[in-house]
Amino acid sequence: MDIFLDYLWAFLIGGAVCMIGELLIITTNITSARILVIFELTGVFLQAIGVFDYISDFAGAGINVPIIGFGASLARGVIGAVETNGLLGIFTGGFTATAGGIAAAIFFAFIFALIFKSHTKK
Amino acid sequence: MEDAKRNEQYNRYVSAKIPKTKWWPSLFNSFLVGGVICLIGQGIDDLIMLAFPEISQQSSWAYTLIILIFIASLLTGIGVYDQIGKFAGGGSIVPITGFSNSITSPSIEFKSEGIVYGICVKMFTIAGPVIVFGIVSSVAVGFIYWIISLF
Amino acid sequence: MKKRVQTIILKRQPKIIGSYSIVGPKEGQGNFGAYFDYVMKNDCFGEDTFEKAERKMMESALTGVIQKAKLSPKDIDIMIGGDLLNQIISSSYAARAFEFPFIGVYGACSTMAESMAVASVLVDGGYCENVVCCTGSHFSTAERQYRFPLELGNQRPPTSQWTVTGAGSSIISLNGEGPRVTSVTFGKVVDWGVNDVNDMGAAMAPAARDTMLNHFKNTKTKPEDYDLIITGDLGKLGSEILIDLMDEEGITLGVNYGDCGQMYYRREQKTLCGGSGAGCCATVFNSYIMKKLKEGQYKKVLFMPTGALLSTTSSQQGETVPAVCHAVVIEA
Repeated sequence: MDIFLDYLWAFLIGGAVCMIGELLIITTNITSARILVIFELTGVFLQAIGVFDYISDFAGAGINVPIIGFGASLARGVIGAVETNGLLGIFTGGFTATAGGIAAAIFFAFIFALIFKSHTKK
Repeated sequence: MEDAKRNEQYNRYVSAKIPKTKWWPSLFNSFLVGGVICLIGQGIDDLIMLAFPEISQQSSWAYTLIILIFIASLLTGIGVYDQIGKFAGGGSIVPITGFSNSITSPSIEFKSEGIVYGICVKMFTIAGPVIVFGIVSSVAVGFIYWIISLF
Repeated sequence: MKKRVQTIILKRQPKIIGSYSIVGPKEGQGNFGAYFDYVMKNDCFGEDTFEKAERKMMESALTGVIQKAKLSPKDIDIMIGGDLLNQIISSSYAARAFEFPFIGVYGACSTMAESMAVASVLVDGGYCENVVCCTGSHFSTAERQYRFPLELGNQRPPTSQWTVTGAGSSIISLNGEGPRVTSVTFGKVVDWGVNDVNDMGAAMAPAARDTMLNHFKNTKTKPEDYDLIITGDLGKLGSEILIDLMDEEGITLGVNYGDCGQMYYRREQKTLCGGSGAGCCATVFNSYIMKKLKEGQYKKVLFMPTGALLSTTSSQQGETVPAVCHAVVIEA
């Protein structure tokens, strides 16, 4: 039963977050780059004030898969690094924590760009 | 002065005339697709935790995101992701898969301008701001936290 | 005070002796599908980039029209053409394959009328015998230059239009048989402060209004004098706006008014506000309208495509969208 509840929350919260994104698109006509930045900064903010982990506990993938999760790991990484490395951590923390995602995105983009050609829209 | 007034009037007239997106279907679609992507993410995460019980929750999320990024990148390459996006709108932009799509799509598109000036330079035309704002905001958060930790 | 010449009444009335249109597969399934001379099997046209495909499309439009008019490239005095890409590369690279002189013009989506107007004036003045006009556009090249990569998963706003993949060409000449160009009106650049780059129709409608008013005044005609008044790519929204704008001036555009972009695609092709691009009016004019003129169904046509003169730089710097509209009158 617990696992069912986990998935239900992931679906509902994830869907709701995406729906807010769509609402922003419909009402303001903003482009995807701005949407991504807005949600990323929301994640940084939520983690910085310490709210993110509470949401993450019950929402799971619902909040970690949207780019909010990416923003949160930036903030979590930098806070952790400041605690261990002090001043240097300000600059190393954020990128270290999200290196996996960024490296994966760049690497796969490069490989698939070599393999595939763009398709005309129907 | 006359012109400014006329332009303002014209713009008001145009915005009243513009066809509006139908709210409910597009909100529902984005909810559905966004929710499903998160469900897939949750599934991958649970499988990783099941297969490798010794790793931390944070590393498990990192693996999950990398796998999702891979899937989205592949779907972009074979020309499926833009069709999902047409249906889902925000539902496929907000998840990390949207970030992956926005890096892969310009790379593929500008392949014809060569590897260095095409793929590598144009890769960040859409997702560049995400990385820049990410770094800037994390440095800002780190700096504030460092100041606080001094006291 | 010197009177400005905006409308030129052509005394010798040059004829359009040949016309040719080539379109992509999606356009071939549209409303005008049966009228085009050639429908490509796919958007790449056997080339490895979309830019090369656009260029090849224009080359075959040129070869096609010269053949159809039963001329040879030697008979052509000048080519006038343009397209939507930066520095109009498609036209100039297409012209590279031929030996006649080339005048590159840019009027965004109004380029076809602009080339025809310039060509008619050159021919009417007796300076040239045969002038070929050719314009084209390609969905995939325009999309990546003005908007987003093709594979990006975004939604198109409800006011957006679909750039037509296609090229059209016509030969204007003093000799031979064909519909006559009787007058041309060059348009002013008009900007009513629209800055939504996804709403070209609203930006261009004021330009169409301005040219239309001037044309009617200078030629002392009314909308009823024409069998067809056709704008280029105002789209569904833009043409409704134009009807409203003309109504305010006391001029009613009735059933003889139409818009190429609005009529281009079928409803189920999901192009939202319709077609656009330099190829849009060029292909419709050189297929459907020319055929109806030759058959005698239309006696007098006012062809007045509009063009939005923006670039990605100007729109990113927050500038509004200026537009221009050129009018050409063709009589059977």
